[in-house]
Amino acid sequence: MSVYELFLSFWHTVAGEEMFNSLSLLQCETLCSRWYLKTSHRLYSATYDPNEKTFEKLLIANRGEIACRVIKTCKKMGIKTVAIHSDVDANAVHVKMADEAVCVGPAPTSKSYLNMDAIMEVIKKTRAQAVHPGYGFLSENKEFARRLAAEGVTFIGPDTHAIQAMGDKIESKLLAKNAKVNTIPGFDGVVKDADEAVRIAREIGYPVMIKASAGGGGKGMRIAWDDEETREGFRFSSQEAASSFGDDRLLIEKFIDNPRHIEIQVLADKHGNALWLNERECSIQRRNQKVVEEAPSTFLDPETRRAMGEQAVALAKAVKYSSAGTVEFLVDSSKNFYFLEMNTRLQVEHPVTECITGLDLVQEMIRVAKGYPLRHKQADIPINGWAVECRVYAEDPYKSFGLPSIGKLSQYQEPLHVPSVRVDSGIQQGSDISIYYDPMISKLITYGSNRAEALKRMEEALDNYVIRGVTHNISLLREVIIHPRFVRGDISTKFLPEVYPDGFKGHKLTDLERRELLATAASLYVAEQLRSQRFLGTQRIPIAKSKRSSWELSVHLGDGIYPVEVSKDGSSFSVEVDGMKLNVTSDWNLASPLLSVTIDGTQRTIQRLSRNASGNTSIQFLGTVYKLQILTKVAAELSKYMPEKAAEDTSSILRSPMPGAVVAVSVKPGDMVSEGQEICVIEAMKMQNSMIAAKTGKVKAVHCKAGDTVGEGDLLVELE
Amino acid sequence: MAALRLLRRVAGAVRGRAAPGGRGAASGGRPPAVPQRIEEKRRAALLGGGMGRIEAQHKRGKLTARERILLLLDPDSFDEYDMFVEHRCSDFGMDSSKNKYPGDSVVTGRGRINGRLAYVFSQVMDQAALVGAPVIGLNDSGGARIQEGVESLAGYADIFLRNVLCSGVVPQISLIMGPCAGGAVYSPALTDFTFMVKDTSYLFITGPDVVKSVTNEDVTQEQLGGAKTHTAVSGVAHRAFENDIDALLNLREFFNYLPLSNRDPAPVCECHDPSDRLVPELDTIVPTESTKAYDMLDIIHSIVDEREFFEIMPSYARNIVVGFARMNGRTVGIVGNQPKVASGCLDINSSVKGARFVRFCDAFNIPLITFVDVPGFLPGTAQEYGGIIRHGAKLLFAFAEATVPKITVITRKAYGGAYDVMSSKHLRGDANYAWPTAEVAVMGAKGAVQIIFRGKETDAEAEYVEKFANPFPAAMRGFVDDIIQPSTTRTRICRDLDVLASKTQSSPWKKHANIPL
Repeated sequence: MSVYELFLSFWHTVAGEEMFNSLSLLQCETLCSRWYLKTSHRLYSATYDPNEKTFEKLLIANRGEIACRVIKTCKKMGIKTVAIHSDVDANAVHVKMADEAVCVGPAPTSKSYLNMDAIMEVIKKTRAQAVHPGYGFLSENKEFARRLAAEGVTFIGPDTHAIQAMGDKIESKLLAKNAKVNTIPGFDGVVKDADEAVRIAREIGYPVMIKASAGGGGKGMRIAWDDEETREGFRFSSQEAASSFGDDRLLIEKFIDNPRHIEIQVLADKHGNALWLNERECSIQRRNQKVVEEAPSTFLDPETRRAMGEQAVALAKAVKYSSAGTVEFLVDSSKNFYFLEMNTRLQVEHPVTECITGLDLVQEMIRVAKGYPLRHKQADIPINGWAVECRVYAEDPYKSFGLPSIGKLSQYQEPLHVPSVRVDSGIQQGSDISIYYDPMISKLITYGSNRAEALKRMEEALDNYVIRGVTHNISLLREVIIHPRFVRGDISTKFLPEVYPDGFKGHKLTDLERRELLATAASLYVAEQLRSQRFLGTQRIPIAKSKRSSWELSVHLGDGIYPVEVSKDGSSFSVEVDGMKLNVTSDWNLASPLLSVTIDGTQRTIQRLSRNASGNTSIQFLGTVYKLQILTKVAAELSKYMPEKAAEDTSSILRSPMPGAVVAVSVKPGDMVSEGQEICVIEAMKMQNSMIAAKTGKVKAVHCKAGDTVGEGDLLVELE
Repeated sequence: MAALRLLRRVAGAVRGRAAPGGRGAASGGRPPAVPQRIEEKRRAALLGGGMGRIEAQHKRGKLTARERILLLLDPDSFDEYDMFVEHRCSDFGMDSSKNKYPGDSVVTGRGRINGRLAYVFSQVMDQAALVGAPVIGLNDSGGARIQEGVESLAGYADIFLRNVLCSGVVPQISLIMGPCAGGAVYSPALTDFTFMVKDTSYLFITGPDVVKSVTNEDVTQEQLGGAKTHTAVSGVAHRAFENDIDALLNLREFFNYLPLSNRDPAPVCECHDPSDRLVPELDTIVPTESTKAYDMLDIIHSIVDEREFFEIMPSYARNIVVGFARMNGRTVGIVGNQPKVASGCLDINSSVKGARFVRFCDAFNIPLITFVDVPGFLPGTAQEYGGIIRHGAKLLFAFAEATVPKITVITRKAYGGAYDVMSSKHLRGDANYAWPTAEVAVMGAKGAVQIIFRGKETDAEAEYVEKFANPFPAAMRGFVDDIIQPSTTRTRICRDLDVLASKTQSSPWKKHANIPL
């Protein structure tokens, strides 16, 4: 038996036990904890040595799921934690989880989570010895790292030099070149104005990509195919760069068409050791933000993997990197890979690496920061099974694959009862998703001994995930992971626009699925009707018991109206749709947010999101929410007499598609606008969105001004 | 329509129905014509005003009375009365046979809604009161048949009297499904609930033409007495629905919340929502800053069974929320201040809205659950001149008078007189709870300190907050029974309701109380 196999069996034992422990822990907490902290299954097998000296107290300069994630490891390592929070986050989960919490300012990030003075103050006051920055916010801010160093506080991350070198996209490319890492052709430097941007773009050759030099990830990245788009991209990117990073330098480079985004996780210590922890495939993106990630990648062969891993380690060593970091590559269809950038922080998608390697990356970061050498050798790093991560967002996937939505999570239940599921989240039932922060609800990770198993579990986990009160992207996630191209591994960063050229429209029901949905909805309707006749206690006037055993219904779904006949057969229903009979069984618990239904032997987990007396109901089925109206045959026949209510003429009004702040309004009443002309710009979650006129016409009224905060559906501008 | 007058002839109608058979029996041999005539009349009655009128009604986006009843009642449960009644008006050509229809103007009878008895249309109010079952009126009439003259006025008054006599005996619901003008509007106004259909129903004393000729105001029917006007501005109607079907289906659902009469307890339905369900999000729902608003509906939805809340008057006096829900299957009436609107203060409209609802619940044995976050009564000349004193007294009166189980939860502010009013312990509250965020005090800290120290610089505000802006002073004096963890509120209320189900309480004998109307 090889060492590798030994590790494998060890991992499974540990993982199995842990799952059991965390389950019982969860139940126990639900019973006795005041705050109902959720414990999700840890899918890594890291060991925690209580004798290894570590920090006594650590401050997490972040919020949300990543703050919770770091606190979990700290608890295991016996480190006391300090949370910081803005005033609106006073009741947030990370605040409750931490041993101490201090408010660092009002809601806007620039006044709280980016407020270095306040955070430094808290560090002094709480005597935290180390700071974990999470991702985003101050995680790649060299000034912050410098100030910490000056105070003798350990920054859990690389040293300032590496942050600076890698944080500057231009410098990082030079360094990469020197370290013999493949880089993207046509790379260039700082841009002064739009004309220079155009000149540079032409030199490189279209298409080009424009983004803020200082920004990480895909945020603020725009692609230009011609001069006009370059100017526009320059304008947006420089504005965003200024507002998000206070640094308006830009980067323009050759845009590689149809690439995959594959990144290598590296881990290095302060003693010159560096490891590559395999790759993560992050090609499924929308607007250059990752949506679905997995490890390993279906695309890499062991040679390519090793080549990428070795180059990544070479780069890490070249900048004397310590801590966890990620080297991002673009990989073309011939498996040529090009260095994109290095993220000097913990990545959002780190859990998939933890799942397949068994390492706790946060623990390793803390150990490295404390000065310990790495515990593992390159040969110890396995690829163990398969892990998939879906980023569950509070956003509407029907609007350009996801525009932010806000609201209160009126009901929230993570699918932790599904085996091999890990949920990293920082919210709970009752939490608000606000306009101030990233609208991510959680990261949903499933693990399997192979990809098919992990994907199957993901499907089940998505179906069992209860999120109410905000619009979410479960439908998109589920469609992606069951799409034949995705299942085949035939993906690129263009996957979404290629697969859904007209935008995402939800799951397309097959005839069989449609019958299943109709039968389920009709059965639910009848179950509800039957229940509403059951009154408890004795009645002064006896209730007329209905002897009815069959119902003729008419179900409106999409553009179709379907006659459905339901007959009761014990606890199950026999439903006739399209001349076919289906048998529907369930426990018909009408209060449960999740309903398990068996339709002719096929088990489905559905969620009835709403119902009303008028027969309208919305059901989440196969991830997508379907609106149905169920009426008795009689009511349906009479409904043809009901007056049509005039719908609003949407072409002459412009409503905010999402909550956000108005950055600029470019028209005033009386102006003539042409179709497609920009009317105003809304900023939400750090993204600037240009609102354009849907038709040519004269501006009748402007209902917003720069600086206003607007809600989804708020009227912005009216045309005549 | 004028058929309202028919109620005086209920007995006559019964005779009318019995007569043909009786006559047949008397003559010793049934003349073949009678059964045939019964059939014909029945068929004609089912057609109402005839195909032409049915089509006209459909064209207006409305259903016929019979279609409405078909949707409202359980299938095959309708027993119709007075099918053979015709109007007796003979003036102005009304006597010609083409203007006579069996079952003229009104379809009346009884039926079942989810198995439970209901009477449809007011002609049957006498029997409804005798039997003890609700009366539902589906109103769609142009007013009195002018041709009938004074007879129709008498008809109205008869109805009004019955509405009044039935009030508090059986629930009375009016669904306005067409124009309802003139004297006829007072029947819905006397009933417990008035619902309207959007765009096709109107209620007004005098229509736009008369308004124009008297006051020279230009106003449309919709502006004057449409569903929007009455649900948002006048407070005459309690809810509005999209169309006839929507309204009738909602009425069926609403009916399930109501007891059949004042002799019946609040109904208990089969419930799948565990009564001991914890509601963790309530622990953080009240913002830490006491000036910040939150939505009382979020609290209500999360506590009640299956998040189902049938709100009454949702668009009127939105600073108070009232409506029906269930707790462990049992109907409860919910009253809550709405911090989202005008800080949840009490004003004239919200007091009247709350008072009427509380009195309905009390009359029909529906326990009251009150959520309190009230900064006080709204100050100002508009309110004082409008009589906030006597209107506010209505809510106080209603809560004090109510003998049904009363459970109160103070979520945040309970200031001043408004604290007393909102189903406080002092008004015979059965279970009064405070959340840890509760502040029971005479007024907010800032105002109190300003008055006590007459604006002199002082840091007494902090002291006041420390002393009063918490639930302890009230708890120490027994004004609240317990300070509870918000997440346990549902459990506590369900347990209390179980115990209080057998509560009986009486007030001194009186003919009736004299609520400050």
